[in-house]
Amino acid sequence: MLEHTFIDEAPEAGPAVSALKAGKPVQTAVAGPWQLMWAKFSRNKVALVAGVIILMLFLVGIFAEFLAPALPETARPQFTNAPPQELRLFTTDAEGNRHFQLHVTGYTMTVDQASLRRSYAIDDSQVVPVGFFVRGAPYKLWGQFPSDIHLIGPLSPNDTMYLMGTDKLGRDLFSRLIHGTRISMSIGLIGVTISLLLGVVLGSISGFYGGWVDLVVQRVIEVISSMPTIPLWLGLAAAIPLTWSPLTVYFVITLIVSLFGWTGLAREVRGRFFALRSEDFVTAARLDGSSERRLIFRHILPSLTSHILAVVTLALPTMIVAETALSFLGIGLKAPVVSWGVLLQDAQNVRTIANAPWLLIWPSAAVVLTVLAYNFLGDGLRDAADPYES
Amino acid sequence: MQMQAVKTERNQQGQAGDVVLKVENLSLDFRLRTEILHAVRDVNFELRRGQTLCLVGESGSGKSVTARALLRILDRNGSIASGSILLAGKNGDIDIAPLTERSPELLKIRGGRIGLIFQEPMSSLSPVHTIGSQIIEALLLHRRMNKQQARAETIELLRQVEIPNPDKMIDRYTFEFSGGMRQRAMIAMALAADPEILIADEPTTALDVTTQAEILDLIKRLQVSRGMAMLLITHDMGVVAEVADAVAVMHYGRIVEAGSTDEIFHNPKHAYTKRLLGSTVKLEQNPRASTRATALPADRKPVLSVRNLNKIYGASTSWVGGNDFAVKAVDDISLDLYPGENLGIVGESGSGKTTLGRLILRTVEPTSGQVTYFGQGEPVDVTGLSKRQLKNFHRDVRLVFQDPFASLNPRMTVKEVIGDPLIVSGKVRGAALEKRVGELLELVGLDPMVMERYPHAFSGGQRQRIGIARALALDPKIIIADEATAALDVSIRAQILDLLLDIQKRLDLSFIFISHDISVVRYFCDRVAVLHRGKLVEMGSAEQICTDPQQPYTKSLISAVPHPDPRHKRMMHRTRFTA
Repeated sequence: MLEHTFIDEAPEAGPAVSALKAGKPVQTAVAGPWQLMWAKFSRNKVALVAGVIILMLFLVGIFAEFLAPALPETARPQFTNAPPQELRLFTTDAEGNRHFQLHVTGYTMTVDQASLRRSYAIDDSQVVPVGFFVRGAPYKLWGQFPSDIHLIGPLSPNDTMYLMGTDKLGRDLFSRLIHGTRISMSIGLIGVTISLLLGVVLGSISGFYGGWVDLVVQRVIEVISSMPTIPLWLGLAAAIPLTWSPLTVYFVITLIVSLFGWTGLAREVRGRFFALRSEDFVTAARLDGSSERRLIFRHILPSLTSHILAVVTLALPTMIVAETALSFLGIGLKAPVVSWGVLLQDAQNVRTIANAPWLLIWPSAAVVLTVLAYNFLGDGLRDAADPYES
Repeated sequence: MQMQAVKTERNQQGQAGDVVLKVENLSLDFRLRTEILHAVRDVNFELRRGQTLCLVGESGSGKSVTARALLRILDRNGSIASGSILLAGKNGDIDIAPLTERSPELLKIRGGRIGLIFQEPMSSLSPVHTIGSQIIEALLLHRRMNKQQARAETIELLRQVEIPNPDKMIDRYTFEFSGGMRQRAMIAMALAADPEILIADEPTTALDVTTQAEILDLIKRLQVSRGMAMLLITHDMGVVAEVADAVAVMHYGRIVEAGSTDEIFHNPKHAYTKRLLGSTVKLEQNPRASTRATALPADRKPVLSVRNLNKIYGASTSWVGGNDFAVKAVDDISLDLYPGENLGIVGESGSGKTTLGRLILRTVEPTSGQVTYFGQGEPVDVTGLSKRQLKNFHRDVRLVFQDPFASLNPRMTVKEVIGDPLIVSGKVRGAALEKRVGELLELVGLDPMVMERYPHAFSGGQRQRIGIARALALDPKIIIADEATAALDVSIRAQILDLLLDIQKRLDLSFIFISHDISVVRYFCDRVAVLHRGKLVEMGSAEQICTDPQQPYTKSLISAVPHPDPRHKRMMHRTRFTA
């Protein structure tokens, strides 16, 4: 038979662990939900980088006038479809000494007499000195504060610098892209805010009360999401009077995009409500005497905010893509407003792509970068949204 | 016939009592984010043919991962740090520990030589395959049968695990089986390849007491007739006493004590074993006579009375067509609760005990019947209260939940959780609130300093204390505890029950204690009501129900409860109830 054995010491007080990293253990006992979420989120490096990129894009949008070397609407007919110039660090002066001077090189233009097509070649002999915080074209920051300081630009206001080339009217693509960032990034934000309001309110009502309220809201969602979006946008956008100012058109376009974007959010919120409604802690709060408003705002919604944040982050890029698509088709934003979609409008034909590929490459790159960054950020947020599961 | 052949071969191989599996100095490490958890440390044990070794321990003791390591089905972050698992074979021992993940030897052992029964019969069977096809698959994989043979063998296996009409049940789906039936099917699957070793990981924890007794009975008989070695993992000392030949007690990853069942139960050496047995045996008594505040007067008036309460689910007569199919969840129940009394409501799953609790609180609306509450002033007809009036009732009658994890909002600090009912009632604010929360925390045996912490910083037992503090915040008269100790380890369970009894002595409280656990009810309650399929079967004093039940159902229920004393096994001569 089995012999009786035992360990002759007092019972241990806790499980045996050995630390992987030196350092004091993280104090999580008093850490709130947002602290825990941050701890989980910051472990996802890709999402962290994506977050930084998004932040930088917003900063670019906010300080567009200052960051852009030129005004977006300044056209120079002598430089139509000029190729991008390279930013160089050293120049060689007359004596043959190399010294540091940030500069771009000029162009020599030749005109093909048969087709009257202009072609540009980089001319190393022409040096356009470039500097930081230079005085250039005057502007008003946010339409309020007059200034003429630009982060980067040619030292002499008469020179030109086209880091990303120019479009068919000779406007600086780099400056236009920076100004486009402001419109494209904000249209997503404003659109999502409207979607968020609609989605959270209708989703909460639907999920909290259930029954016929839920039935009605869900059928409405299904009807809306069953509509083919592009023809609908086309129709609605075509109904915008041509006499409206570009700013009004901008808001109407956001409204149109967001009116169809709230359904996914509403479904997500409803689902969460359903799950949370039957949680014990909600029943407990109900038995504590909480009113329905208190139940929703004090107990259920705080558990949802992190999820909503993640869903919103994932909804933003669809808004941006929608705006880009509308503007590309010529029914969204129109000149003189500059957005990425408007910029892409210039790259609609094969001739442009053959002669001036930068008109396609840079705006598309901006859209792709933004959408990817938002998706990675959203995925990271979604994973971190519930710091309490296991 | 083939099985016979295998059996004779087996009998030539070895005698009962031979060591089939030997675990030597096994250590398991789990890589967590900031630390390595040494979940199992230097564990040694042997499995002998025809004998049962029980691994006992509370949650987190490492008993389940030890069993999983034998089949090498650890989670991805877990690894065998050292030690060997020697499986006896014809050509010497095979060490399972160093085998590679997909090696043919390992695949042959898994399910072939070692069978496994999981805890959760609801999720361990595939819902989209028939029961038969899942067992046939095991047979085709391990026994080299053709399909007809496998089917015949499967029917034979289902017969052995005592599933009625096995030739019909073989083509049924999982959802057509009850929990006990599923566990039987699971056992049939584990036995399909005729293993030498059977690992049962908490096989009856998710089952009712009577079903548990039947399944344990079955496993024991199959083990003896097939001469298997069994490793049974459980937290329940009662189960250990009923079925084990040898016991190993695990505590924080170490086997602190091992020996024959009789030695462990009657001559425990290690302090932890003593403590574990102490809390189990303690629940076998009824201390109420000594803990009750005052002797109950003869002509007492009830504080809550339930009359002819009914709840019917599914019977609808709406205009889209009525539904004839109806379930009587609570069927004509009448009972009284007296001041200062602890009333236990006992029943198996589906007996309507939880529904009864919810009906009294009216979180579920009764179909018919009356609940009357005699608080201060006029008696209140609870079934007729408006939503606003119901709030006052809910201040006097509070609920303690089963799950200490789901019942506390993880996004609120302990202060906010306990203070919430106080804020809602508008009674206390600011510094007074903080003081009151501190008092409540002290009352339930927690340090008032912890009120700024979030629930995730607490263990299950501590969380349950917080839940009790929340229930006490509004000076209630009645507390309905719905399986309040079911999710806790046995030593914590006894502590929480003692806490509730202690609080009752200090405050003027009555308890309705809903539980499936007879021993808990016996320890805690004055009177017990036994529910079966929505009906009140029997009611009497706790002592009378537990020692001298009158109704046949109660008799079968009480006799199915495992007795934590290997010298007085109860289950073997239990009364069976057929309805």
